[in-house]
Amino acid sequence: MSSVLRRIFVASLLKRRLASTLSLLSIALGVALGLAVQIIHGAALDEFGQGIRRMSGVADLQVVGAREGFDEGLYAVLALRPEVAEASPVLEIEARIPGATTPLRILGIDLFRVAYVQAQLLPVPDRAPTVMTDRMAALRDDAVFLSDEAEAFLLPDGAVHGEEGSRRLTVQSGLQVHELNVAGQVPGARERLGVMDIAAAQDVFGRTGLLTRIDLRLVAGLDVAQAIAALSPLLPAGVVLRPVEEAATEAAGLSRAYRVNLTMLAAIALLTGGFLVFSAQWLAVVRRRREFGVLRALGLERGQLVHGLLAEGAVIGCAGGVVGVALAHGLAALAFRLAGADLGAGFFQGMAPTLRFDLPLSAGYLCLGIAAGVGGTWLPAREAARVAPVRALHVAGVAGGAFRAGRARAAAAFSALALAGLACLLPPVGGIPLGGYAAVVAILAAAILALPALTVLVTKLLAGGRHPLWRLARARFVASPQQVVVAGAGVVASVALASAMAIMVNSFRLSVDDWLTQVLPADLYLRASSSAASGYLDDAALGRIRALPGVAGVDTVRAVNLRLDAASPPITLLARPVAQGWGLPLVAGGMRPPPANAELPPAWISEAVADGHRLAPGERLTLPIGGAMRSFAVAGVWRDYARQHGAVVIERATYVAMTGDARINDVAIRLAPGHDAGEVATALRALFGAERVDIARPGEIRAITLQIFDRTFLITYLMEAVAVAIGLFGIATTFAAQAATRKGEFGMLRHFGLTRRDIGRLLALEGVLACLMGVLTGLLGGAALSVVLIEVINRQSFHWSMDFAVPWGALVLFAVSLVLLAGWVARLAGAHAMRQSAVLAVKEDW
Amino acid sequence: MLRIHSLVKTLPGSPPRTLFDDLALQVESGECVAIVGESGAGKSTLLNCIAGLDAVDRGSIVIGGQEVCGLDDDSLARLRRVQFGFVFQAFHVLPHLSVLQNVALPLWLLGTTDAQADARAQAMLERVGLGGRGADAPHVLSGGELQRVAIARALVHRPALVLADEPTGNLDPERAASILGLLLEQIRAGGAAGILVTHSRAAARRADRVLELDRGRLADIGRLE
Repeated sequence: MSSVLRRIFVASLLKRRLASTLSLLSIALGVALGLAVQIIHGAALDEFGQGIRRMSGVADLQVVGAREGFDEGLYAVLALRPEVAEASPVLEIEARIPGATTPLRILGIDLFRVAYVQAQLLPVPDRAPTVMTDRMAALRDDAVFLSDEAEAFLLPDGAVHGEEGSRRLTVQSGLQVHELNVAGQVPGARERLGVMDIAAAQDVFGRTGLLTRIDLRLVAGLDVAQAIAALSPLLPAGVVLRPVEEAATEAAGLSRAYRVNLTMLAAIALLTGGFLVFSAQWLAVVRRRREFGVLRALGLERGQLVHGLLAEGAVIGCAGGVVGVALAHGLAALAFRLAGADLGAGFFQGMAPTLRFDLPLSAGYLCLGIAAGVGGTWLPAREAARVAPVRALHVAGVAGGAFRAGRARAAAAFSALALAGLACLLPPVGGIPLGGYAAVVAILAAAILALPALTVLVTKLLAGGRHPLWRLARARFVASPQQVVVAGAGVVASVALASAMAIMVNSFRLSVDDWLTQVLPADLYLRASSSAASGYLDDAALGRIRALPGVAGVDTVRAVNLRLDAASPPITLLARPVAQGWGLPLVAGGMRPPPANAELPPAWISEAVADGHRLAPGERLTLPIGGAMRSFAVAGVWRDYARQHGAVVIERATYVAMTGDARINDVAIRLAPGHDAGEVATALRALFGAERVDIARPGEIRAITLQIFDRTFLITYLMEAVAVAIGLFGIATTFAAQAATRKGEFGMLRHFGLTRRDIGRLLALEGVLACLMGVLTGLLGGAALSVVLIEVINRQSFHWSMDFAVPWGALVLFAVSLVLLAGWVARLAGAHAMRQSAVLAVKEDW
Repeated sequence: MLRIHSLVKTLPGSPPRTLFDDLALQVESGECVAIVGESGAGKSTLLNCIAGLDAVDRGSIVIGGQEVCGLDDDSLARLRRVQFGFVFQAFHVLPHLSVLQNVALPLWLLGTTDAQADARAQAMLERVGLGGRGADAPHVLSGGELQRVAIARALVHRPALVLADEPTGNLDPERAASILGLLLEQIRAGGAAGILVTHSRAAARRADRVLELDRGRLADIGRLE
């Protein structure tokens, strides 16, 4: 670094401590948020991927199908193929544990095959004398082996149960419970899981003849693609073959849209930080104009001036980046300790990965910090270089340089808006709404470009009022639209983001509430277990429910999942009576298929299926059900907020006819008039056992759902708060810097009879006006952003439509609070300048 | 109009320096007094003390029958608003107000109606020769014109006392003479008293009376010829 650069430019940052510190902090916060989100999700995905690879051992390919399983005959077919060196069958069960909040993953394995493919799953019997120690323990039909994590979760006190002192684990299959002996450990597993002999698992959980997965190790030298091509034709409908790595990345795909959305929020916080650097540097450039005039007169080249100023921005960005990287690792460590790897959406619940320093990622975010610093300085540097040295020597002060001409700026704002409109029309790329994000950037740019024009417009509305302070504040506001831009740019970005998120979340929440009303029309709901777990009800149980006093009617749901192809995550098939009272929240189509496909059974697809598979009412849908491809006519499209990857509803009778599967996951109970839901619930618990079924009223389900919803968005509120705080930093920086240059003005006003308090009020009024413009423009931008969020980003990321609902009260409260806060911040920031003696102030040349 | 008795002010330091030692001054309405003296003699500080912007150790300053010493900040602000007009060396014209608005500023502070404030400010501008420049922004004015605006602003609310600290310090001699003439003429025309602090003998020569501040006291040296 040259001495000029060091002594003139970078050293000036130390003279402007408040502005430099706030700029640095804002960049640090933006970097920290973005990097922390990346670190947390990266660690969770690593952990998840490692788990998949560990469980798959040396397998090259996996055969997977519906979670309910496929015919085990396929194992024999594949194991005998010349492409396959080893094949290991697996039956994976999410076993409901009565009384436990989450099911236990139990893997039924073939002990004679697992050692060749997934050695990590090999069970090791206990050596304690009181339990089974024989070498064939694993083959016993009541033996289960638990990983350390599962044991710590299920048997935390190391309790000894059972008549012979053996440890017991109770699992539920259907409504029946089974006692299993905990016969040993699975030392190779780090996840919370249990291992059983596959035949025993099939028997205990009523899955005789079924597998959920086959892990294949190919013969040496065989290409994976060749093997897939050769083996795929042997697979029944709904069963797919995929490389193990693809399975490992499926989790990344499931959570990608959520992760990208959080990263975008952090990026907006960083962008707001960039605006703060812009505000601080712009004001510094204006104040130092005479200094630059002297330097230029002494021989400093225009380019050197620009480079010097950009170096200041880079130093702020670099320092902020370094602090941000450190802060991000601290935040991630704190998150891992307090909440694991899940930031609220539930994708990574129960995971507690370890914190690792990722050098390339950290370096990338450090570069983003530097880019924000340099980007924020670019315009002020250009302005400083533009002023001729002679003029700079004679003109100093806060009047500032001219921004681009009004007409050009308005044209640029309209162009940015037009670009945003075009970007919204683009389809998603790899499930990521890149066009939507581009539209967000373009709308923010348009809002900031429009700020001076809107300021001029608003000044026409501010003509009234005679109080001298108001007139002084208004005069400054009218005369200096660039001051509003400098002070308010950060506010525009953060308010636009916060208001857009508020509108989107409010729309989403109200839509979810409406949706819950539509999908929960019954008086009471009974569930044996979630669709993935091992509890279920049958017709006999249903008959017993119907026979209870107070039960007027019941409707049932069977939920299974299906794979439509190897590349997509499974979708949920809901078999339920559709036309019997509990309607679907349809957004397209109707209850009957169109005449063109009237001969086909009807299916109602969720928006995710409609979007993902480009289906519309009247079209033909083919689903792998019961080992065969079955055709349906799409009768309607419905809104489903519960299953992100899609769901299809068909009539239960159709499903039972196709599969013979009469199991039931959920029962919706309609009560006879005059009967109390609480009494019927008590009777149901007495009937089946309180720990074997979950019973809830619609209100309880609604409350839990909305609680989960609010938790999901908690992290976004925190990120918005950071962005708004950075926007207020911008107001503080601007007013502190301007107050310092206006000491002469304040001194003169005090000579003419204003008190210090009056000067404080004047600054507060100016802060209120500047922030008001930022807030108004931000709200307009936010309204446009919310449309992009709702109609493009949310739709393309999660395939959820929602009804637009503006939270007027909350927005007004937010805007008023922010404007008042800005007034207070401006007054606080100018307090130093107000403290100076009026006498000294008028002596200073301004 | 202005009565100062037994004024004492000591500047802190080691050793402390006595700035005013039993200083006395009397200025009548319509009279313009120039205060001269060496740099650091306390000329500007005396103006500040008169305006209540700087504190004294002892003594009395009475303006229009009102004792200044001992008033709180708000009362002093109100007093300045009504009784004083100021002209600074560096003009201190607000860049975001038009010329007319700058002149009307003291009237705004006094709560004068807009129509009256504008009319009086416009009349004042006419008197200082800037009648056609009311709508202009200050940055298009020359230094002399800016000081004319400052003079108009100092007198528009008809103050009892105008304090001018080196009002022509930023102007060339020819323009300085013209501006000073205007200032004194306007002070006299308004029936106000004026105190002018200056290093310039030429400027002091235009006053009715010249006082020299020396070793903490004012010595009347009459009228310079």
